[in-house]
Amino acid sequence: MAEIIRRSKALAVNPLKASQPLGAALAFLGLDNCIPMLHGAQGCSAFGKVFLVRHFREPIPLQTSAMDQVSTIMSADENVIEGLRVLCEKNHPDIIGLPTTGLSEVQGTDIRRLVRRFREQHPQFAATAVVPVNTPDYSGCLESGYALALEAVIDALVEAPQPHGSGRRKKQVNVLAASMLTPGDIECLREWIAAFGLRAVVLPDIGDSLDGHLVAAESTPLTFGGTAKSEIARMGESAATLVIGRSLSRAADLLRERTGVPDRRFDHLLGLDACDAFTLVLAEISGQAVPAAIERQRAQLQDAMVDSHFMTCFLRVGIAADPDLLVALGQFLAGAGAEVVAAVAPARAEVLADLPSAAVRIGDLEDLERAAEAGRAQLIVSNSHAAACAERLGVPLLRAGFPQYDRVGGYARTWVGYRGARAALFDVANLFLGNHHDTPVHRSIYRPDYRSDGRRDAPCRPAPEAGLARR
Amino acid sequence: MRQDPAGRFRLFRTVKDLSFWHAACDYLCKPTRTAMKAAEIAELQNEPACVHNKKEKSGCVKAKPGATAGGCAFDGAQIALLPIADVAHIVHGPAACAGSSWDNRGARSSGPMLYRVGMTTDLTEQDVIMGRGEARLFHAIKQAIDDYAPAAVFLYATCVTALIGDDLEAVAAAASKRWGTPVVSVDCAGFYGTKNLGNRIAGEAMFRQVVGSREPDPVPESAQRPGITVHDVNLIGEYNIAGEFWQVAPLFDELGLRILCTLSGDARFREVQTMHRAEASMVVCAKALLNVARKLEEGYGVPFFEGSFYGISDTSQAFRDFARLLDDADLAARTERMIEREEMKIRAALAPWTARLEGRRALLYTGGVKSWSVVSALQDLGMTVVATGTKKSTEEDKQRIREIMGEDARMITDGSPGALLQAFKDTRADLLIAGGRNLYTALKARIPFLDINQEREFAYAGYRGMLELARQLALTLEAPVWAKVRAPAPWSAPQSICASATTVRAAGHG
Repeated sequence: MAEIIRRSKALAVNPLKASQPLGAALAFLGLDNCIPMLHGAQGCSAFGKVFLVRHFREPIPLQTSAMDQVSTIMSADENVIEGLRVLCEKNHPDIIGLPTTGLSEVQGTDIRRLVRRFREQHPQFAATAVVPVNTPDYSGCLESGYALALEAVIDALVEAPQPHGSGRRKKQVNVLAASMLTPGDIECLREWIAAFGLRAVVLPDIGDSLDGHLVAAESTPLTFGGTAKSEIARMGESAATLVIGRSLSRAADLLRERTGVPDRRFDHLLGLDACDAFTLVLAEISGQAVPAAIERQRAQLQDAMVDSHFMTCFLRVGIAADPDLLVALGQFLAGAGAEVVAAVAPARAEVLADLPSAAVRIGDLEDLERAAEAGRAQLIVSNSHAAACAERLGVPLLRAGFPQYDRVGGYARTWVGYRGARAALFDVANLFLGNHHDTPVHRSIYRPDYRSDGRRDAPCRPAPEAGLARR
Repeated sequence: MRQDPAGRFRLFRTVKDLSFWHAACDYLCKPTRTAMKAAEIAELQNEPACVHNKKEKSGCVKAKPGATAGGCAFDGAQIALLPIADVAHIVHGPAACAGSSWDNRGARSSGPMLYRVGMTTDLTEQDVIMGRGEARLFHAIKQAIDDYAPAAVFLYATCVTALIGDDLEAVAAAASKRWGTPVVSVDCAGFYGTKNLGNRIAGEAMFRQVVGSREPDPVPESAQRPGITVHDVNLIGEYNIAGEFWQVAPLFDELGLRILCTLSGDARFREVQTMHRAEASMVVCAKALLNVARKLEEGYGVPFFEGSFYGISDTSQAFRDFARLLDDADLAARTERMIEREEMKIRAALAPWTARLEGRRALLYTGGVKSWSVVSALQDLGMTVVATGTKKSTEEDKQRIREIMGEDARMITDGSPGALLQAFKDTRADLLIAGGRNLYTALKARIPFLDINQEREFAYAGYRGMLELARQLALTLEAPVWAKVRAPAPWSAPQSICASATTVRAAGHG
């Protein structure tokens, strides 16, 4: 049980937090033929877009209601109606996500009423679903905004009662995927589930829309791939729902309540124990034995755990991430024998109490840097912004979470599953191998390689017979 | 109406050291302005130094809901000021404004790294509801001064803090008085307008609150050379992206031009304070900071000219313009000798590259001043610029384009991915040169691309920058990947997926 230490500083330094509207936008980007439109000033969307583009290295559809000074004071209702109309007319999306921002929330917008008004004024656009969600950036973080959007999607799009009967597709399962899962993770999940003869409906499916693949069409103003609107409507036909991430508890409650489909919940899928729990449930739902290929992957992970335990055990680690990911990484690394000496989350969440660490601080990367220094951390696990902090501490950084802009392919990394865990263990071990400090050299006062003036000789160079020598 | 000081105390229990708040409340109880008025915004948009000022302000178009791209005034203000390296830049607002944007730009510093530390008050719901924003900001300033000893603190307003009426000017005044560190407020709420307006707001804040508050240091004896008169100059709108200005700076030293201040690449607060003493200014990028140059001229008699360090001819022209404004015959002669030497050197070094780039066709889509400054750089390399984007360009920028590219220069105003790709095909271009926003538009369409905006990692300025520019152009144009990604898989029907494929979404999708 980790003690949760509240924020006590007036100033956040090197922010860890990415905002709720950004998280909501990300959730909508996992839906097919969709575009999110933030109700706020144009900068809210522009910054969000740059953030996501740099992380995924993909074009990101994201629009804005473009509130300005006058509409902020006099009413920005027309901005929303007009924005929705323009998007429907130009691009014919299946779904428009409509997250609010700090600006529109402080102004006091009633976003649901605006959607009703849009429906009344423009009945010709009935084919486009509009999903409003309240996501002010002065509460929560990316993870909570994502979860709120998912809840709103379920509320708006899942049909109840199911026209063809609930739970009738015995070989289909729903997956509610939290914001900690990467496109690579989603792909892995899909294969994992398919290995048991099951078909997965993943909500949202950024593994299909943001995995980065070239297609014939050169440009599209909407998402290209993701969960289809019709699939979301019929989620009640699935035999079970698998929920990954505690942040999705409320969304999962709503889906279960709405459809009656039983669910199984997992805090994360990192490491042997979590993978085993998930595999067991799949075997149970499908009625199939665990396939030999998965048995093999499990054995490979075990081998990797043995090989790398010299490097991972007692390793002092500092982690900063959104709550679900923080707990996932913390439990995974603790399971490999590491010690979480510094842990920081940008916002509170129930799951944080389960972090295997003495304390978790609600704060920023400055807090991480201080705690990691005090705890003599040997490895930092966080987003790209922590690179400068790791450099100052003189320790390596394993990149995880949002944003990752200083490496190619961070978005695509697979963390979940037996193979994901194996790769992560190898990386942690290698970062340690490349960075652990040798015993400092001792030069005896009696050794002759000291010159008479007391200065040291130049460092020795490899002899020619030892390999390449440069002069 | 403001609450009495005692009331505010009770509302702000979490920060221990409340004694400082006494001083602040004296200021806060005075009626001061809270947010920028419409008239002030209009005045900033009215730039008399622009010859196009009578015409429609294409740089300041009103944003359309559902069809808007580009950043806000807050974004623009940050672009203009963040490179000042020894300042604590505090964003006063909730998480999104700083959270999505800190440390994402390529400006380099030769010394302090404080500008890369992201700072925000990260307001909570309770702060907003209970009106604790100003108190949190006041303590945030103290925290920044205590922990990071900045040369100055800059405060940036955001939409939410402007809407709830936080008075940054008063907090800045109270905090400077209390702690003796200059605190400068920048009233740049995002909803005031575009990035361009934000640039001007930032320039205005510097001119009104910082410039003129210190005299320059004397030229160090060690830097004096016989026969060379040292002239003090300003560069306005140069951001030292990827350190590119360091390729030009040695030439300034050689000619005896001391850069009093660059606004704002690799700048220090104390340099901004002395800008009024320059003998000449050069407006390097963005028309948007023209207001600073104009006010320096009006208020302190500092003449200015507009130029660019992209391309051989523009770089040479910039040095000539300095010599002209400074009216120093010896400087002019030395400048000509330097130009002759540098041009000869770079042309020789470029020869193998121009042979490879000659006749290649570039479609340029960038904002404002780059729409013409980069054209001349590309022409220096023997390339043909088939069209240029003018969405953010001013009327004067467009005039400059016509001068460089000819009267029938094709100008593109629609920057949507579809329109851009269509123009690419229509003009039979070989590569797209644009900002990071369009990078993936090009790559998804399997088109060679060069990033020219402020997030880029390569230094293109000055004579030497041309070599890097040529190298990067050749790199993307000649990359072997294009043929491989355009060809169909060997097992599929023999029709090429190429840059001329249809932009219509795959049939049956969605």
